[in-house]
Amino acid sequence: MTARSKIEARKLDFFYGSKHVLKGLDLACPEKSVTAIIGPSGCGKSTFIRTLNRMNDVVAGTRLAGRILLDGADIHDPEMDPVELRRRVGMVFQKPNPFPKSIFDNVAYGLRINGERRRGRLEEVVEKSLREAALWDEVKDRLRENAFALSGGQQQRLCIARALAVRPEVILFDEPCSAIDPIATARVEDLIQRLKTEYTVVIVTHNMQQAARVSDYTAFLMLGELVEFGDTKTIFTAPVRKMTEEYITGRFG
Amino acid sequence: MNKRALRNLKEKSVRTFFFLNGLLAVVVLAGIFLLLLVSAVPAFREIHLREFLFTKTWDPTSPLKETYGILGQIASSVLVTLGAMILAVPVGIGVAAYLSDVAHARVREIVKPAVEILAGIPSVVIGFLGIVLIGPALAKLFGLGHGLNGLNGSLLLAVMSLPTIISISEDSLSAVPPAYGEASLALGGSRWQTLVRVKLPAALSGIIAAVMLGMGRAVGETMTVLMATGNARAFPTGLMQSLRTMTSNIAIELGEVPYFTTHYYALFAIGLVLFIMTFLVNMVADIVLHKYQQRES
Repeated sequence: MTARSKIEARKLDFFYGSKHVLKGLDLACPEKSVTAIIGPSGCGKSTFIRTLNRMNDVVAGTRLAGRILLDGADIHDPEMDPVELRRRVGMVFQKPNPFPKSIFDNVAYGLRINGERRRGRLEEVVEKSLREAALWDEVKDRLRENAFALSGGQQQRLCIARALAVRPEVILFDEPCSAIDPIATARVEDLIQRLKTEYTVVIVTHNMQQAARVSDYTAFLMLGELVEFGDTKTIFTAPVRKMTEEYITGRFG
Repeated sequence: MNKRALRNLKEKSVRTFFFLNGLLAVVVLAGIFLLLLVSAVPAFREIHLREFLFTKTWDPTSPLKETYGILGQIASSVLVTLGAMILAVPVGIGVAAYLSDVAHARVREIVKPAVEILAGIPSVVIGFLGIVLIGPALAKLFGLGHGLNGLNGSLLLAVMSLPTIISISEDSLSAVPPAYGEASLALGGSRWQTLVRVKLPAALSGIIAAVMLGMGRAVGETMTVLMATGNARAFPTGLMQSLRTMTSNIAIELGEVPYFTTHYYALFAIGLVLFIMTFLVNMVADIVLHKYQQRES
């Protein structure tokens, strides 16, 4: 691997109360590429991705040890503001979670909380973000409508547009297609592929075909430990560890 | 066969029993409303409705000319209630937001029931506090002869409506899906921005209903305002004046009025006006709350 790493975990341990969820994880996600995290349910992949933008901070009873570096800087450094961090590391959740606001207001939210009030600027960014999320043509005439009027797949692309609007450097996808239909899934996968020209993408998925289709690198997690990490082609065709091969060929999971 | 007939009979009688219980509640309520209506209507044989509603002077025992104007009492009720809401709404929403968003689970488990118990304090005890505690304090603070005035009543009613406002607002804030909050945080929103821009708007209809229910309680409250507001029959020009609300007027005069006189009927008519006011407030609260529950499901 020659690419520069954008965000990386070093000796990362994570606990829910007394439960040891992540065990000494070392994982570096290369810049401007898609890294997929795969593994059976409960292996800690969602927990891991949520540590990358400190979303677990708001969950009571959790503890973290080790370091996470964004461009080489520790995100738990007292100098690092978690609010600022989350502007740089955006996130798209498992279930589409638009706000009960209009389509426009959903996408504009991130800019508005940053103090952007200029109408023209807001309109410009909303259009750009919706175009990037391949949703513009479907909603351009109904921007004032409530986001709940959209279908599940459209809502998820709206959430992606909303994340893109704040121009993050990294985008985390936490099983983004688990609640939407196959056609919508194909569109979201397409989108993720295109995003890597500008953004660093990390995606958690329980769907191995999806990991194979969209990612450049794949990490296989098992019971909180990193079993294997490498470029996707190698992981899926010639994995080093036997456990990886068994999981990928569907012998367990 | 016999056994089955017996079971059917039992089934039927149980059903009848519960039906009668339900009917009783409806009949009693309808009866109260009817009594109110029947007792109020004769008042208007001698009083014009317009005079009744829009005259400021209430002097039914005047030796010269009896006047039955309740505008002063309506204004007093509205003034004291609005004062109470101005005090209670920001505090109530603030406490609700604190409990649902900031407080640790353990703090919430203690504070919320405690607040709800506050609703159970007898109104006469709160009125007592108004006379011995808040009255003298207000008199000293504003250099008045006494502190039994509209502000005193507003303060007490604020305390009395707080439990309702806090409890229902907290419920509706806690019912906001956590995914909204997560989405806002993940976009780089601070906790404050998340609360003000996402959670409060999402819970707004529940909060409005909470305020309406609190207001309903304040408008109908009698003993507290009777004790704390000074009972002056003058038209109120501000919260620093002694005033007399519709509720306290009925409570004071109904015990002494000769039965079946115009004065007697007029007091029932005040009750009817009050009933219509609280009914409207509660109905608005109900509609808003209902709409909100529908949207959630």
